[in-house]
Amino acid sequence: MTLTFVMMEAPFENARTVSVLRLIDAAIRRRHDVTVFAYEGAVAMTFARQAPHANAVHGRTAEEEDHPLPKDWVAGLMTAAQQRGVKLEWINCGLCVDERGVAEAIPGAKRGSPADLWKASEASDNTLVIGTR
Amino acid sequence: MKESSMESYLLFESQEPLESAQVPGHYELAAALKAAGNRVTMFLVQNGVLAARHALRSEGVPRLVAAGVEVLADDFSLRERGISASRLSSGVRVATIEDALDQFAAGRKTLWL
Repeated sequence: MTLTFVMMEAPFENARTVSVLRLIDAAIRRRHDVTVFAYEGAVAMTFARQAPHANAVHGRTAEEEDHPLPKDWVAGLMTAAQQRGVKLEWINCGLCVDERGVAEAIPGAKRGSPADLWKASEASDNTLVIGTR
Repeated sequence: MKESSMESYLLFESQEPLESAQVPGHYELAAALKAAGNRVTMFLVQNGVLAARHALRSEGVPRLVAAGVEVLADDFSLRERGISASRLSSGVRVATIEDALDQFAAGRKTLWL
């Protein structure tokens, strides 16, 4: 079975990010092939230059803060898919990437267009669009 | 596996009525879909689970249950907010994200509200 998730939320902003990634994780664990089409702010989910930071107010180092980074969560999902022998295709809307200057993506994230979303949806058993609020 | 009926819906509700004035409209949509003879599940996630507490004294979720909508509350979101199953309105069932995923994979028409 192939499932498509269409994701709009920018990283670090809303719990929707976590919820969508949990759904994708569940799909991979169920051994479904997954396509993710990220658009608008969600294209920054895979931005390679996301970086952890220290907390000077509380006197903690970046390691002690241990901030989770969305790019690492996505990379983890890609690894999980590979380990289970299923496909996780992550497509970032190219226009949205250019607007935000986040073309430098982690390995495995591709650049695409709305036409790729249409093709993915056509090839999928179901599609879920998760917009922002 | 596809379900036999094309009129099966899965609605994700991630907000509570006190957070967004749109939420009561989402409840009305779910109830109307059910009243039209469809199979409807509302999966409460994130702050959406707050509306399932019986202490809220809100009619929203109990009305959904009474209308025959299957109302599921995400276990992860409940744990994050310190809400135990005993504090949920009657008829609301604790479920996992896998339960929602399975309904989506079964071909239900799925909306994130």
